[in-house]
Amino acid sequence: MTKKVLLIEDEPSIIQAISFILSRDGWTVDSHADGATAIEAVARKRPDVVVLDLMLPNRSGLDILTDLRANAETEALPVLMLTARGQKRDREMAERLGATLFMTKPFSNAEVLASVNALAGAA
Amino acid sequence: MTGSRIRERREVLGLKQAALAKAIGISPAYLNLIEHNRRRIGGRVLNDLARALGVDPSALTEGAEEALLEQLAAVAAGPDGETAEAIRSDDLATRFPGWTRTVVAQARRIEALERTVATLSDRLTHDPFLSESLHDVLSTVSAIRSTASILVETPDIEPEWRDRFQRNVFEESARLAEGARTLVGYLDAGAAEDASVNSPQEELEAWLAARGHWIAPLEEGSTTPEDLLNAPDAPGSQSARTLAASYLRRYAAEARQMPEAAFRAAIEDLGNDPAALARQFDMPLSAVLRRMAVILGDDAGLVICDGSGTLTHRKPLAGFALPRFGAACPLWPLYRVLGRPSAPLRARIALAGRQRLEFIAYAVCDASQPRSFDATPVFEAVMLLLPAAAGPEPQGDPVGISCRICPRTSCAARREPALIADTV
Repeated sequence: MTKKVLLIEDEPSIIQAISFILSRDGWTVDSHADGATAIEAVARKRPDVVVLDLMLPNRSGLDILTDLRANAETEALPVLMLTARGQKRDREMAERLGATLFMTKPFSNAEVLASVNALAGAA
Repeated sequence: MTGSRIRERREVLGLKQAALAKAIGISPAYLNLIEHNRRRIGGRVLNDLARALGVDPSALTEGAEEALLEQLAAVAAGPDGETAEAIRSDDLATRFPGWTRTVVAQARRIEALERTVATLSDRLTHDPFLSESLHDVLSTVSAIRSTASILVETPDIEPEWRDRFQRNVFEESARLAEGARTLVGYLDAGAAEDASVNSPQEELEAWLAARGHWIAPLEEGSTTPEDLLNAPDAPGSQSARTLAASYLRRYAAEARQMPEAAFRAAIEDLGNDPAALARQFDMPLSAVLRRMAVILGDDAGLVICDGSGTLTHRKPLAGFALPRFGAACPLWPLYRVLGRPSAPLRARIALAGRQRLEFIAYAVCDASQPRSFDATPVFEAVMLLLPAAAGPEPQGDPVGISCRICPRTSCAARREPALIADTV
């Protein structure tokens, strides 16, 4: 059975690129672009790994992460945070709120693939 | 200053303090006070001292101007507040006036640079447009990098995917170009604004001061605030223009409600009595205080603060210095009315300092009218300052400018130690 990743990201080109890379590596990839309904998407898709952008329309990735960690069903769900803001305080905030990994844009495909696989192995 | 010169001259001549005191028939203790600028002298004592020291009396009394001393005191009250020798500033200014001016100029330069750094730092951290733009550019770069990488590293890519990714690279590169152009334009505009080290408030105040706080076209009703702000000589930065728009709209409204000629006639008739003027024009006291500050020109000062006590408008009055940075004296009537909105206060105040100038302060605090229940009211306090005729003895409530440069050491409202010593 293939593992599932949910990509919560609002940039269509990034969604397509990451979906392509992970799909070719055997992942089942779903994507969701709206921050406001991201929690429902996680509950519905039940992914093995979440790739979560920090700046999303309608709701910040940090708020979504907080909700995920407050829910018993998702508190241990591996989350790779993506952000264009590589500032130290963003990273610290994401780690404090429970991000499993943190990656800044622009990233390489190999980094994303290696990180998602690492998170799946650790899960 | 005079005392410092006497001491310097005496030391040059190799005279003991006791010997000089004896020569002119005063006690060494009194001469000591004179030399430490604790006693003012003139007349016979000054002439005797000058004669004993072999100089003209004017050589002992003329020198570093008071303004330079005040500037030096402000430098001594710098950010770290640890200038132990502030008490010797008289000596420094007297002996080395050129160096003193250099020190003052350097301190101002440092202050200006620090404020520029703070402005830029604040902008990078809090400017939402900059943050959004950078995020957008980096996201686009990510998309291009990731997509181009797929195209290069996946030789067996399906034609459908290849076409889609090629289209994505094309579209994202166009978006990147546009985003970069917008960002550069924004930063260029910002750089032009940052060339001025003044805050928007200072920029507006300088603009108003250059006009004597008198906006003739608004008095005549010949133009609008918007037209004024579109004129070539409007404040340069967008932030200052935003502040100016708010100020000028209120100015224009009050000029219409209290026209110059009628207001001057009312002052002629009623005197500088804000309450009587408010009744005459059926206007709020705060509006009358602002209008009086405009109409009375250089004979009136005006200070406005918000609910936090931050000074949002400063129209200086001769003799009553207004702090550029940091908090002012908490004893100002301006702050006393913050705690009692809608209850105006009139007070005679005496400013600490050698000149002991006195002023009449009229202050009132207004709250904005909430348009919904449970809304947080916004407070604004206004204080009009008028010079008061000096009496033989100080009559006013003692106030200062700010604690750091205030000589009233025993003041109950003091927040921090003073950096200047005096005998006041």
